[in-house]
Amino acid sequence: ADIISTVEFNYTGDLLATGDKGGRVVIFQREQETKSRPLSRGEYNVYSTFQSHEPEFDYLKSLEIEEKINKIRWLPQQNAAHFLLSTNDKTIKLWKISERDKRAEGYNLKDEDGRLREPFRVTELRVPTLKPMDLMVEASPRRTFANAHTYHINSISVNSDYATYLSADDLRINLWHLEVTNRSFNIVDIKPANMEELTEVITAAEFHPHHCNVFVYSSSKGTIRLCDMRSSALCDQHSKFFEEPEDPSSRSFFSEIISSISDVKFSHSGRYMMTRDYLSVKVWDVNMENRPVETYQVHEYLRSKLCSLYENDCIFDKFECCWNGSDSTIMTGSYNNFFRTFERNTRRDTTLEASRESSKPRAILKPRKVCTTGKRKKDEITVDSLDFNKKILHTAWHPMENIIAVAATNNLYLFQEKVN
Amino acid sequence: MFVRGLKRKCFDGEEDIEGTLAGIKAIPSYNLQRQSLLDMSLVKLQLCHMLVEPNLCRSVLIANTVRQIQEEMTQDGTWQMINTQSTGQASLDRLVSTDILCRSSRDQAEGKHVPAYGTFNKAFESDQAQESSETMSTASAVQAPRNLQSNVWEMENPQENKGNFQKSLDQIFETLENKSPNSVEDLFSEVDNSYYDLDTMLTGMMSNTKMGHCDSLETFSSSTNTASNSNCKSDLNDLDHIVEILVES
Repeated sequence: ADIISTVEFNYTGDLLATGDKGGRVVIFQREQETKSRPLSRGEYNVYSTFQSHEPEFDYLKSLEIEEKINKIRWLPQQNAAHFLLSTNDKTIKLWKISERDKRAEGYNLKDEDGRLREPFRVTELRVPTLKPMDLMVEASPRRTFANAHTYHINSISVNSDYATYLSADDLRINLWHLEVTNRSFNIVDIKPANMEELTEVITAAEFHPHHCNVFVYSSSKGTIRLCDMRSSALCDQHSKFFEEPEDPSSRSFFSEIISSISDVKFSHSGRYMMTRDYLSVKVWDVNMENRPVETYQVHEYLRSKLCSLYENDCIFDKFECCWNGSDSTIMTGSYNNFFRTFERNTRRDTTLEASRESSKPRAILKPRKVCTTGKRKKDEITVDSLDFNKKILHTAWHPMENIIAVAATNNLYLFQEKVN
Repeated sequence: MFVRGLKRKCFDGEEDIEGTLAGIKAIPSYNLQRQSLLDMSLVKLQLCHMLVEPNLCRSVLIANTVRQIQEEMTQDGTWQMINTQSTGQASLDRLVSTDILCRSSRDQAEGKHVPAYGTFNKAFESDQAQESSETMSTASAVQAPRNLQSNVWEMENPQENKGNFQKSLDQIFETLENKSPNSVEDLFSEVDNSYYDLDTMLTGMMSNTKMGHCDSLETFSSSTNTASNSNCKSDLNDLDHIVEILVES
């Protein structure tokens, strides 16, 4: 199994898609509750697996283009088939996943095994009939959106109009129409005329969940810009600029690096947005630009280790974050296969671990604690014994229920709230 | 493991170190920490995977960190002080490679941005001519080490710095010679110049200054292959070896 690079529930939560470093997409489907297996509701089983992207070679630059899936975004379902967008560094593809559970029999011109019948053997006409067959799930690429990005694509976001979507790379954001592959509109371009002056890149972008003209993008300097596509064709001028003033007492050489935003997500309501930087998660009110309304420390104990984390490159890890369906709780990952949830109204935070040892099927997860003072209590883990290779970068929350998907390197964990 | 938030000491950091050489575990001074961070950052920028394009975000963040350090060093005059120190009998613990990078600033106008910083910025420069074909930062990243090295050499005022050059070269060789006699040759023979591009660096140096030492360097450079830049990934061990010797950290 390959390293999982993205996790995403669809709009109903019945399907869960994962993309991996090898360019594969695996889709899980939730089992329906049946009388014979009452406990099976909530279990996700493999529904479809397909190879979305292949490694490519850019002959002009003599460089490989990785097939790693950076992001998957589902489209809202409009017919029996399911559609999703998956992207690697350079190319976005629209995939159609459809079921086939019937097959036609009794053709006139060909045999059951597909061979053409001899014309003289056709003595009568018959109408083919549909017979049931074993369920087969097919994935087929419907559109390929290529050659629009010079830099590495980090985000895709489907618009609420269900007709357009955006794709963002380090320096540019493009707007596409789902039906049109040979043209895309550039809506943000922060590439300086002289690359020597480059000091800031785009790290994530997302459309507003309800206003189809509004989107946000975050930068490596810890800022978020909200843009309105009605104001101009090229949205280099932002409508709103979100930045928290820096705390001068905690300034260090690593301040900028740890302020770089790795993920930005609107709440389901559209009233708030959440940003993840290296040490914290911040919730912003879209109407207030000068500071976030809530800040949650994910692993503040790492602040004294920044130099080591810079040395081993962990400081550049890009953690994602997500909202639950009601926007009351947020979740993000950490190291040592830990992930954290924060309840916004009670300010209660929980640390849980996604590992085989600590999660037997159906067992309740035990909260974990990292020991920050000298005295280590029983079951606590010291900062120095954390495994920085076990990082949880990708998590997803079911849109309606309390079911979460956590990707720990090459394993996918699904947890749900215990229902009595 | 460095302690963050250590108060900045005025530049008697060396005295601190000498004083604690009696076997007590020394906390590195702020300046030493900063220097080390600078070198680590420069190494990071140079060591990027060639087969796959390097991460632009990471490169930008590291570059900004280097810029910050250099700005601070220029502001508090440490930049100058490092240079004055090294002309004397500097300990080999001094980071020779950065030393050479810093050296050219002494001859530039005072108070200006360090030229090494200026050349270093070229890491993101895409040639004007190549703008139309949208050369990626990788191509420029490839050039970065070359530019960095060759520009530094080129900026030297040949007349004035011949002597200093000699001295810094002496330091390099001294460091190398301290190891076993075979290691020097091993060092140069094993290195695939793809990344450091020793060839270009030495050629650049040769064209600016003529020194006796260069002859021996020339034989080294000619014996090594000018491989393409595609295999640096496999030579990280070798590179580490060089960096280890040059940096002596």
